[in-house]
Amino acid sequence: MSTNLTLIVTASALIGCGVYLVLERSLTRVLVGLLVMGNGINLLFLIAGGRAGDAPLKGSTAPSAMSDPLPQALVLTAIVIALGTTAFLLAMAHRSWQLNSNDDVQDDVEDASIRRLAAADEASDSHDLATGGQDDDVRTEEGA
Amino acid sequence: MTLLVPLPVILPLLGAGAALMLSGRPRAQRTVSLSVLTAVVAIAAVLLVRADQHGPQVAWLGAWTPPLGISLVADRLSALMLLVSAVVTLLVFAYSVGQGMTGDAREAPVSIYHPTFLVLVAGVSNAFLAGDLFNLFVSFEMLLFASYVLLTLGGTATRIRAGTIYVVVNMLSSSLFLISIAAVYAATGSLNLAQLAQRIEELPDAVSLTLQLLLLVTFSVKAAVFPLSLWLPDSYPTAPAPVTAVFAGLLTKVGVYAILRMQTLLFPDSPLTDLLLWAALVTMVIGILGAVAQSDIKRMLSFTLVSHIGYMIFGIGLATEAGISGAVFYVAHHITIQTALFLVVGLIERRAGSTALLRLGGLARLAPVLGILFFVPAMNLAGIPPMSGFLGKVGLLQAGLEAGTPLAVALVAGGVVTSLLTLYAVAKTWTIAFWRTPEQAHETAQALPNPGEEADTQHPSVTMVRHRGHVHVGGTAYAPFDLEAARRVRDDDEPDRDLYQLLRDDQLPDRLPPSMVLPTAALVAFSLAFTLVAGPLFGYTDRTAKDLLQRSPYVDAVLGGGSR
Repeated sequence: MSTNLTLIVTASALIGCGVYLVLERSLTRVLVGLLVMGNGINLLFLIAGGRAGDAPLKGSTAPSAMSDPLPQALVLTAIVIALGTTAFLLAMAHRSWQLNSNDDVQDDVEDASIRRLAAADEASDSHDLATGGQDDDVRTEEGA
Repeated sequence: MTLLVPLPVILPLLGAGAALMLSGRPRAQRTVSLSVLTAVVAIAAVLLVRADQHGPQVAWLGAWTPPLGISLVADRLSALMLLVSAVVTLLVFAYSVGQGMTGDAREAPVSIYHPTFLVLVAGVSNAFLAGDLFNLFVSFEMLLFASYVLLTLGGTATRIRAGTIYVVVNMLSSSLFLISIAAVYAATGSLNLAQLAQRIEELPDAVSLTLQLLLLVTFSVKAAVFPLSLWLPDSYPTAPAPVTAVFAGLLTKVGVYAILRMQTLLFPDSPLTDLLLWAALVTMVIGILGAVAQSDIKRMLSFTLVSHIGYMIFGIGLATEAGISGAVFYVAHHITIQTALFLVVGLIERRAGSTALLRLGGLARLAPVLGILFFVPAMNLAGIPPMSGFLGKVGLLQAGLEAGTPLAVALVAGGVVTSLLTLYAVAKTWTIAFWRTPEQAHETAQALPNPGEEADTQHPSVTMVRHRGHVHVGGTAYAPFDLEAARRVRDDDEPDRDLYQLLRDDQLPDRLPPSMVLPTAALVAFSLAFTLVAGPLFGYTDRTAKDLLQRSPYVDAVLGGGSR
């Protein structure tokens, strides 16, 4: 099977740019990244379909000259799904902007609290809790 | 009878449409949703019996000549998954109706809960029944979309924050899934699982290894296998209790199911079993260490969820009949038990106003029923005999010892340690939340330094040096931006006052609504029933494992023998 080099180069460029954008903080950029990446992936399906042929319409084209219709149907489904995702992510970016006046992807709470504790050089709550109940008095004195 | 096979997908979808139309009439909506879910349970039970007695049930959709078109297959594995998930979703739905989530104007301005939940059920059923890779992709998208909506229900700041991470991670894994599908199609020219089973064998080793790795990474993100599990404990706990429960029970197991199906049907020679076993070991141990360190019940349970995924991957990685049989049993057990625990935590939150261990205490006296409902599934999760958690673990550990390789034995040891640490984590929760008095809890919380306050004012001894744009704390350097961001991020859902203060001010609901307690109790009873039927169930999972390893029952049923 001979493959189309242009398609491969375009697809890899699109996916590469997409990955770069997904690594951004801003949700709108992440969204653009996912869309660019999605387009690159759709091109991959065209590559998977093999050589280009004529329109796969029964009766108008000889079966041997047809291009493979299945990848195109799959791409169509993927595009529809991408449409729904875009709408949802845009709504989320908007809501995030309403709440925080930015649309940054925020830190994991756990991650943030670990960093906070590391900065303060303390052990976590649960470390103290694990001994809870028995040596209350001792710790109250420490705390005081 | 093959007409029955698509029904678990079609009925919930039709129900979703009907529920959307009835959006102004809560009672009619409730009737529609509950009857649809009950019907799915009945159909799944019939499919289970038929798949066991007459072999895999296959339905071809769209009137194409097989092997073109879309096939739905209910073999022993699919039917069992379908039945367990149908029972669980029915009970969770009854619970959420009891909680009044659907009519609550503050939680959901539009009445979207019923339709979304039903679409989620349709997606899960479709994933279990899908007979080709693209249909599997579509069902993942169905259940993911429903889960995006359910996770961000109400659009509070915390849920949007957690939802963003969840959505982006899942969209990335969906992209990866599409890439794998394109690669599989390019290599074999088919997406039907049964045809793939025949064609992948003929591929060069390097190509089939690439395909396997692509699919494995994709499904591992969904199943939350360790290096790819970090999104889970952050996003799940923020959702409303029934939503977390159904996510924890079902969504990760769909990923595990996909891994199991792929490993047995498509790549039976499994050059990657060692990789899977390593992943299982790391998932189990790291997950449970995370759980031990948590001070919030929901987070603790999310980490045990990740950890116990390791057991299932362990069984799949062994790739022996006993291993797979144990894994299937464990999946069925774990779906019910994890869901039950999250429902109970929802009850705790309702009764005591919080799930943070710092704020809880004395629940055993306050709500004895709650104590029993938590204790039983918690001990079951840890694997105390004679409950199903013990039986499942014994099955897997025996399979590991039978395999006898050093790695398998290491996993057996890891499994035992994980089980003990699970017991430690749930026992700690039990002691703190149920045994000590609310007063003690209050005093302990007062004695601890308040994590909200700024660190440097409290601990002047800690040196924070600013140097070349970084803040150095001890031996570690942070970007100032990171520290700023870390301080900004807070859990906004945390209530200001703990249980002791709420009790003192008499601001708690007196008792739990029976409409929430009953479904929870039913689910706990269902999980206990696994012990009673353990013998026949292990017989069933053994037959399932035999089918999966032989592969011919599935392939012959789909392709009608011979055709390719």
